[in-house]
Amino acid sequence: MSAPQNLRYLQTHEWHRLDGDTVTIGITQFAADELTDITYVALPKVGQKLAANGRFGEVESVKATSDLYSGVGGTVTEINGELANNPGLVNTDPYNKGWMIRLKADNPADAQKLLSADEYLKKTGH
Amino acid sequence: MDGLKRTPFYDFHVAAGAKVVDFAGWQMPLLYRGIVDEHEQTRNSGSVFDVSHMGRLYFRGKGAGAFLDHVLTRNVAAMKVGQSRYSLVCNSTGGVMDDVIVSRDERHWLLVCNASNRKKLSRYFAAVVQEKSFDVEIDDRTESTAMAAVQGPKVIDKLSEVLPTDLKAMKRYTFANDEVMMTRYTVSRSGYTGEDGVELILPAKAAGMAMKMLGEHTDRPGATIRPAGLGARDTLRLEAGMPLYGHELSETSDPLSSGLAWAVDLGGKDFVGAEALRELMGRGLKRRLVGLEMEGRRIARQGSAVMQNGQTVGEVTSGTFGPTLGKSVAMAFVEVGIAEGAAVEVDLKGARNPATVVKLPFYKRESSSK
Repeated sequence: MSAPQNLRYLQTHEWHRLDGDTVTIGITQFAADELTDITYVALPKVGQKLAANGRFGEVESVKATSDLYSGVGGTVTEINGELANNPGLVNTDPYNKGWMIRLKADNPADAQKLLSADEYLKKTGH
Repeated sequence: MDGLKRTPFYDFHVAAGAKVVDFAGWQMPLLYRGIVDEHEQTRNSGSVFDVSHMGRLYFRGKGAGAFLDHVLTRNVAAMKVGQSRYSLVCNSTGGVMDDVIVSRDERHWLLVCNASNRKKLSRYFAAVVQEKSFDVEIDDRTESTAMAAVQGPKVIDKLSEVLPTDLKAMKRYTFANDEVMMTRYTVSRSGYTGEDGVELILPAKAAGMAMKMLGEHTDRPGATIRPAGLGARDTLRLEAGMPLYGHELSETSDPLSSGLAWAVDLGGKDFVGAEALRELMGRGLKRRLVGLEMEGRRIARQGSAVMQNGQTVGEVTSGTFGPTLGKSVAMAFVEVGIAEGAAVEVDLKGARNPATVVKLPFYKRESSSK
């Protein structure tokens, strides 16, 4: 199992890509593999405010339903509308086409406190 | 995974790249390539499932038929050699202890039960034998044998190339004993996927050879028969409207409400639970098992409330996204007044998702063979 070095993680398997005060969030390959074939992704509305470590949606597969969390607080600026028609993108390309939401972070420095790739892999035992 | 049992196919699962999970005390393959892929392979061609975790109990002795008639809801003593029947084991209040398939052979009876209920049934059967002094010996051969389900529209043709048994002549719910390459096996025309197919029981030692005998490399794309795991087994049985113990069946629910009156012979004989079930018939059922077609792609899960006009009218027992149907579907117990076609809502953590009550099964294969 691997995780891209340039991303930050939550133990609940969300990745965060930092670009100034914009944070893009999705779930890791490990999480997508665990869930198996994803059939639905429930995402927030643009403009919704999220607290740090707050729940922003749900991901469903033929196997299970899981909550989605954001490691940083902020306002949702964009959601990945492609996932409504093609939720399987989360399985096939979790770090790129399978991204879920973009946030304008309240405090971009908070993102640096999230787990590094190595810490994520260690904490999740993979 | 200490203390977990491995089936005789375990090495095959690992070599085939299976994701292995703990299921009822066994290390079982959840999936190999993906649940949807394996589901579609089963509907379109063929799959082999390891079902060795299911219990295989053999009954011998003069009183075996009478004993089984006493503990099973189905009239089985009148069965002919070579026949199999789906039946239930009920407790004295009519609750379901397990659903099983019983087969009559020349010198014994075979009962296949759920892995999760095997120990419970063994204890219960032993107690009944002692209490009622039935002349029957029970032999649990679950761990000395292997069992595989081979399911899909192309498997009868494919297996006919490698097995001496005339599978095409066999009707559904019949079985035969045969031998191939010095290995004895039992094959029955049955399954849990909504497709045609067979279930095979063979000595544990022959498991590796059996996988090779499927005649080609099952791990190759395009193979007629490829391995499938428990994940696909669940989506397949759900589309086919088949009940699963712990979901549609439990000790606190009765078989009549679960739509299994056809597997309960209330007319002809007495069996454990018969009295309670006759009483229930007299009073009338309060709820029944139905299908739900969900609007949209969200999945209803076991325990989700079914609502109508703001009132709770039922509860979901199983739900999934049906790959063949292309729809989110569920099974649920609802009040008997709620008819097919009725509009309901399923509570998904506070969000009300519209759904329509439909007849089970959701999926029925086209072929006429039964």
